[in-house]
Amino acid sequence: MNAVKRIYQRDRHIFRLIVMIVAWMIFMAITRFDKFYTVVNFQTMAGQFPEFGLMSLGAMLCMITGGIDLSSVGIANVTSILLALFMNAQAAKSESGDISVAMIALVFVMAVCIGLVCGSINGLLISKVKIPPILATLGINQLLTGVCMVVTGGNAVSGLPAAYSASINNKILKVVPGKRGTMQGLIPVQLLFFVVAALLVWFLLMRTSYGKKLYMMGTSENVARFSGVKVDRMLIKTYALSGMLAAMGGMIMLANYNSARSDYGNVYTLQCILIVVLGGVDPKGGRGKISGVLLAIVLLRLLETGINRFPQISSYYITLIWGAVLLLVMVLNYFEDHPIVKRK
Amino acid sequence: MSDYLLKAVDINKSFAGVKALQGVSLEIKPGEIHCLAGENGCGKSTLIKVISGVYQPDSGYIEFDGKRYSQITPLGAIAMGIQVIYQDFSIFPNLTVMENLAFNTELAAGHKLVNRKRMRKIAEEALSKINFDMELDRLVGSLTVAEKQMVAICRALMFNAKLIIMDEPTTALTKKEVSALFEIILKLKAQGIAILFVSHKLNEVFEISERFTIFRSGKLIVTGDTRELDDKKFSFYMTGREFENEKFKPSFESQGNVLEVKNLSLTGAFEDISFGLRRGEILGITGLLDSGRTELALALFGIRQATGGQILKDGSAVTIKSPRDAIACGIGFVPEDRLSEGLFLPRSIGDNIIISEIDRLTKGPSVLDRKACQAEIDKWVRELAIATPDPNNASSTLSGGNQQRIVLAKWLACKPDILILNGPTVGVDIGSKHDIHKILQRLADQGMAVIIISDDLPEVLENCSDLIVMKGGRIVATLDPGETDENTVLSHMM
Repeated sequence: MNAVKRIYQRDRHIFRLIVMIVAWMIFMAITRFDKFYTVVNFQTMAGQFPEFGLMSLGAMLCMITGGIDLSSVGIANVTSILLALFMNAQAAKSESGDISVAMIALVFVMAVCIGLVCGSINGLLISKVKIPPILATLGINQLLTGVCMVVTGGNAVSGLPAAYSASINNKILKVVPGKRGTMQGLIPVQLLFFVVAALLVWFLLMRTSYGKKLYMMGTSENVARFSGVKVDRMLIKTYALSGMLAAMGGMIMLANYNSARSDYGNVYTLQCILIVVLGGVDPKGGRGKISGVLLAIVLLRLLETGINRFPQISSYYITLIWGAVLLLVMVLNYFEDHPIVKRK
Repeated sequence: MSDYLLKAVDINKSFAGVKALQGVSLEIKPGEIHCLAGENGCGKSTLIKVISGVYQPDSGYIEFDGKRYSQITPLGAIAMGIQVIYQDFSIFPNLTVMENLAFNTELAAGHKLVNRKRMRKIAEEALSKINFDMELDRLVGSLTVAEKQMVAICRALMFNAKLIIMDEPTTALTKKEVSALFEIILKLKAQGIAILFVSHKLNEVFEISERFTIFRSGKLIVTGDTRELDDKKFSFYMTGREFENEKFKPSFESQGNVLEVKNLSLTGAFEDISFGLRRGEILGITGLLDSGRTELALALFGIRQATGGQILKDGSAVTIKSPRDAIACGIGFVPEDRLSEGLFLPRSIGDNIIISEIDRLTKGPSVLDRKACQAEIDKWVRELAIATPDPNNASSTLSGGNQQRIVLAKWLACKPDILILNGPTVGVDIGSKHDIHKILQRLADQGMAVIIISDDLPEVLENCSDLIVMKGGRIVATLDPGETDENTVLSHMM
């Protein structure tokens, strides 16, 4: 009980997110225990959320600077489409009609590079040309989506080499008993990508001078400039990082859908912003923890999957519930910052 | 009828167990200019809020115009004739002068439709009360601080004020504007209006007030005639400490200029500025607000780029295009506005101290060395005697003087050769001001070159070894602070 109290006192926001997750888990346990609490269900969730989870991490970094990144989905799609075409071309050239593991590794390096370039353009527009982040990233998003449409003619790129999806959309640690005595993997590969990225972002924020400067700059760009922080370079770095994370998200999408199209993941643009705000990052910048964002990602995934277990509830309600949860958290935050003083 | 317009008697007020006011009393005669002085946090503002009805006292009572009140509401205070002009003036920057002046009257009269003719008439009447001339259609946002203050005063006068309380009205004003304000105050006095003038500036207290009251830590220390007050007593009452004002004499021996500025110009701000600075010297630069002194500082620190001329560090020419370049040249800069340039207010004291040298406190590529960070923070908190129980607290929890020490610590941590301070003691209490001066003198004696940019003349005269006076972007005089006085400097400034 004391531990609970400590968490509450240290960070009420995170405490509330935990309470909501626990409450929802209990609710699901009472109503749909056998359909919700299965290994497969949790594996499915863990395979899905890294798509937008990776983008949310990038969005969080940008929001800590006091900016916003609306180009994640555009970057993700341009990455997945270009690399899907590349892999198809490579597979066509090879004799086996498939690609090697080394080729998959190369593809990921290329993905990171594409994300780096796109994100850096965002950063340059924001820091050097002084375009407000919301407009710069929205513009880049439109531009990249346009590139995707022109390249694909609006069609999906499919028929990917089997090796790609087989290695990314897969599970490792074969301990779960499957059919006919075989063993199946426990942990989805997509989750590994996400965990590595999350650890990296945590390390950057909490343990490096970059992280410290990022929070300071988000608090006041002007003071940071007067303190000798290279504000322009910090902004370019941050948006580049966000671009790289978005590109990784695109690669996960490519594996999950086994195809790429210019309008995949459109809802993620706003969903990422919702997650970041829900996770307690201050839209004005300077404040926010990765733990909050992680909890928000998990909460949203649990909510959506949980609701899907009730066939009588239309999936249209999911949007409604997300909106309600977001508003509830914001209202609670408001009252935390402005406590109601009881008059005598 | 008593002799006093206002009597606040034995007022007590606590906030969450902290005693902000402990049995304080204040008496103001009709038509007198009374000065309420005290350092930050001494309870001045709390008492004003009690008088104007914003706070209710825990005990004690207020007598106004012979009537005794145990509680006052904000509306009640206005009806009685008490008006407060706060530091931020509470005026609408996006409305015109006329609209601002007429707003309250229009609201009070319950007019739902806008009648520009009627509003103009109200506004003109308000301005005529202090013979003040101003275009009524200008946006208040475009006015200077002094003009805004006049608008606030005019508005206060519209409610048949008997007592006007001004909360630190001179903070953002230039010398000229302060004189103009004092003239207005004297006019108001002539009309029989009492003024409660809140300030912690000694010279203002002497210049304007007839009687004074000084608070310290929520207690009344002394009240009496200003004629019986002098510098030493004033500082003592304010702080409870005795200060000996030592004039700075450079003791550090050095040859050659560490910094030399040759014909430096920035179009539209300053022109043809040349001076040299040796280690161990404190150079004062003074001038009016529009003299280009701030722009010169910004150009030396790389926030703005000079358009002509040369900066030499240790004899060799350097280009300073950004604050990073300046830091690399060994220049530190304490900016003018602590709140928007100097300090990350919501962030911890520790973070604020190490931000400028953070790239050095790492092991490997940019991984923070947390032990080194903590050691550095502890060192500077101790060295500059920053009064905090925990350096992890937000900087906003500290007083102005302690906040300024954080900014100072940030730059000293970078071990600069040259430290430029723009208004080093603005908004800082007397005790801290004295301490900061001592620190600067000590730094110079240890071999640092210091530039103090300030329009606080006693400050530059006392602490500097050389004094440059700027006017209209040019150097108009170079003086020896030991052989000049305030009036001479003023005559060059104006």
